[in-house]
Amino acid sequence: MSKVAIIGVGQSSFVRGYPGSIRELAFEAYAEAMNDAGLTNDQIGATVVCSAPEYDKQRSPAGVIVEHCGLNPQPTFYTESLCCSSTTGLKLAYALVQSGLHESVMVLGFQKMSEITSAESQERMGRGADIQWESPFGTMMPAYYAMFAQGYLSQYGASEEDLALIRVKAATYGQLNERAVYRKPVELAQCLSADPVASPLKLMDCCANADGSSCVIVASEQKAKQWGVAQPVWIRGLGSASAPVNLALRESFSSFAAATEAGRQAYAMAGITPKDIDVAEVHDCFTIAEMLAYEDLGFAPRGGGPELIRAKETYKDGSIPVNVDGGLLSKGHPIGATGGSQLRTIVLQLRGQAGDIQVKDPEFGLVHNMGGVGIYGNVVILGR
Amino acid sequence: MSGNKKPEADSRFAKFGTVSFTATTKVNDFIGYLEDGQVCGTKCLTCGAVFFPPRAQCHKCLDKAQIEWFQVQGSGKLATYSELKYAPTGFGEDLPYAIAVLDMGGYKLFGRIGDVPLDEVRVGMELVPVANELPGGQINYVFNRS
Repeated sequence: MSKVAIIGVGQSSFVRGYPGSIRELAFEAYAEAMNDAGLTNDQIGATVVCSAPEYDKQRSPAGVIVEHCGLNPQPTFYTESLCCSSTTGLKLAYALVQSGLHESVMVLGFQKMSEITSAESQERMGRGADIQWESPFGTMMPAYYAMFAQGYLSQYGASEEDLALIRVKAATYGQLNERAVYRKPVELAQCLSADPVASPLKLMDCCANADGSSCVIVASEQKAKQWGVAQPVWIRGLGSASAPVNLALRESFSSFAAATEAGRQAYAMAGITPKDIDVAEVHDCFTIAEMLAYEDLGFAPRGGGPELIRAKETYKDGSIPVNVDGGLLSKGHPIGATGGSQLRTIVLQLRGQAGDIQVKDPEFGLVHNMGGVGIYGNVVILGR
Repeated sequence: MSGNKKPEADSRFAKFGTVSFTATTKVNDFIGYLEDGQVCGTKCLTCGAVFFPPRAQCHKCLDKAQIEWFQVQGSGKLATYSELKYAPTGFGEDLPYAIAVLDMGGYKLFGRIGDVPLDEVRVGMELVPVANELPGGQINYVFNRS
């Protein structure tokens, strides 16, 4: 089978209140990716636009966004899988190219969360779970993830301090990321004394809502060569899985089955093992989410996540650097744009263009992007 | 009588919880059972599958399904929980409260902690699901001490 390359990446700054409309926000990532790829619009065969609904008023946002970016009359497809919408978009783009239907496809993710209040966004995120059987009890995302934190800490005897260490790491690198929302250093004591949100998670265990956009352009191997792409990054492995929405139907509260399964598929497709991964971006919407990812992806055995962070093995110079761009905890989490931002970080790492956060000579990088409370799991393995 | 009048909808599910986001479902009888003090699930007599939350349809048996209600009985073990300090829109008056999953053995329930002081809640404790009336004619179920 021929290969599919990522030939251009871009993202906007992730901010708390973007001073523009959704089409203008999306344009920022589009423009950067087009410059990065050195393409013109006639070389884009189709777009996949990715976001989660109900944060802004536009229905069917793909139409206005491709109009604004001058991408008519090419077809556009809209996809959503909550917080992993844009890695779902990548999988669709890969399939469109691999099938021969299109030679190049743009994946454009965006979210403008600042048009509604924080309580309203919690209500909407809560409705990303089971509205019939869970939402009437008063659910919200931090509380759902907190239930996994409670389950994990109870099962393995890990501590809230272990979770806080993940935030300290995120802030170490968030300070270096000019496009992150949160760029201040964070001390361990500050995490542990932060206001409780949903026990055992506290304010510093949670990422911030943000406005942002991301863009990833993929192309067939033939086109990447024909267009003289200097440093194509190849899509080596793709895994996707789903899990029951209602927590009453989950087997475990100390792991995400959809992430484990997506990881298994991605490693199998790439023909590699977790030990081969040189740098990873994992979905740290909450500190517990990164802890679960260490184990679901096989970077640590079950219950071994705390030891990994205590030994700083997931720092830039550790055995498996994770979220050295600051992660969602620092960057903020503009739902539909998040996966594309993670992909961009890994592409820059594999090209050797990651600047202050560059890890040494990586061959394989991994993106782990989750939708909802482990409802949807996407794992992408990229290689040089 | 008008011949084209819409049939009256059974919207009992609008009573479920502090704020319900669903009015009509094929398992609206769940609300009727709750009002009689029973927390009920369903099972498919054809294949033996047990459903909580209850379902009126069975993906294994399709049109051969025979669905019947059963009452949730006895206690379960608390699998996990979280105490909320903030609430989503519409739930502020309920604070503080804890959402939880209770493991009954063959199936689990997602719900709220009832009469246990929140600082005494522990994973693994035995709790009993009971119907619970709320202000404004709403109703849900909570997990109480045995």
